[in-house]
Amino acid sequence: MTTTLRSGSAGAGHEDGGGPRVGVLALQGDFREHARVLAGLGARVSLVRRPEELAAVDGLVIPGGESTVMDKLSRTFGLADPLKSAISEGLPVYGTCAGLIMLADTLLDAIPDQQSLGGLDVVVRRNAFGSQNQSFETELDVPALGAEPVHAVFIRGPVVESVGPGATPLAALADGRVVAVEQEHLIGTSFHPEITGEYRFHAYFLDKVRSRA
Amino acid sequence: MGTETGSSRVKRGLAEMLKGGVIMDVVTPEQARIAEDAGAVAVMALERVPADIRAQGGVARMSDPDLIEAIIAEVSIPVMAKARIGHFVEAQVLQALDVDYIDESEVLSPADYVNHIDKWAFNTPFVCGATNLGEALRRINEGAAMIRSKGEAGTGDVSEATKHIRKITSEINMLRSMTKDELYVAAKELQAPYDLVVEVAETGALPVVLFTAGGVATPADAAMMMQLGADGVFVGSGIFKSGNPQARAAAVVKATTFYDDPSVIAEVSRGLGEAMVGINVGDLAAPHRLAERGW
Repeated sequence: MTTTLRSGSAGAGHEDGGGPRVGVLALQGDFREHARVLAGLGARVSLVRRPEELAAVDGLVIPGGESTVMDKLSRTFGLADPLKSAISEGLPVYGTCAGLIMLADTLLDAIPDQQSLGGLDVVVRRNAFGSQNQSFETELDVPALGAEPVHAVFIRGPVVESVGPGATPLAALADGRVVAVEQEHLIGTSFHPEITGEYRFHAYFLDKVRSRA
Repeated sequence: MGTETGSSRVKRGLAEMLKGGVIMDVVTPEQARIAEDAGAVAVMALERVPADIRAQGGVARMSDPDLIEAIIAEVSIPVMAKARIGHFVEAQVLQALDVDYIDESEVLSPADYVNHIDKWAFNTPFVCGATNLGEALRRINEGAAMIRSKGEAGTGDVSEATKHIRKITSEINMLRSMTKDELYVAAKELQAPYDLVVEVAETGALPVVLFTAGGVATPADAAMMMQLGADGVFVGSGIFKSGNPQARAAAVVKATTFYDDPSVIAEVSRGLGEAMVGINVGDLAAPHRLAERGW
């Protein structure tokens, strides 16, 4: 909560230019938590609210928050179309919770007129678990990240209802519902590694950024 | 490999996801729809906004369950609702209604002038008001998962909100500069638990999200609260007591995201029609100051 990153500013302590340039979409949500994890992994982090700030990064994280708000603001401030273009041109993007919703090709239980950026060949249902009383934390097996399970926090989270041929599930709950997916340069999770000290998803994402940059 | 609901991380986590956003008071499903369409991150379901509670007087209580359920049915964003200070049964009812957050609020008439609700006893998270750091830490000690500075609700006068957010942040800064042995006395003077005081001194922040409330009526008001260090804002009477609620709600949302960009704030402040009329806090007799409820 004390990170004083401003839009467009570089992550502290990485002026040497070594780390990949990663943006965090900062329209609303827990973007500072993502910025802290990424900076801890050596990335040069900046907050992205404008098209010119998007143009300056080699990868982007879309944080947790309210997908309806991010959708509205990204369209109002002319960021949605550049984001869609960047995603289709191969920009690595990792979305958590609302970020997964933004990356999904198809949404269920969206509000009228709500749009996503798309890119992930999946159908995602918003608020799939119900109200906050049904929000939970649990352990998840994520084979792509190693044997150690991931401690996952779901907060009014979405689930992936169906995975198209383009996308690959990375993790599922005990009942089989998919909660993490990957598709080439894109990753989406229903839960929030950024608030639990779990850094492996971000490291996995940074590998994608480095291999493209 | 257990699955746990209602943990501190899950309760505080929802507030983390609301950051950078605007939570709007609504009294009908139609207003809730306007709020969601305008980009609210959550709505507060009420029977009367604070300005009307103030004007009409009488005892203000938890809203009718039918109204709360109708608002929950209307929107997909989180729905909060208010219980009276100390009224743990109203809180039990709100939890049973499946609201997403319970606001133990000084805007309603207190039900207990000694005790606040034991918020650890609930699965549903709580947000509580505070005018200073000690009050915030006492509420966190009782289980609050989110704090909002109180301001003076229903006035449209932002001066009390400014006073309270400045007070909380300056007291946090003071703790950061103290040596370990000074923190014992600081805890005594703040009337706050020592462990929480040490945590704030070490991290330089509250252990939960801090929003600002009470008197925010314009996009510039919201942006000012963000520049003063708030994680987000509550707007009560300021939207639906104004001339053009749709436009004003959307403008406050934009100004909260671009709080540090005066050109955006100028742009969104154009043509909003009349702001709520408002009352200067200085003109309110002491018994009518809501921020003094809760301790």
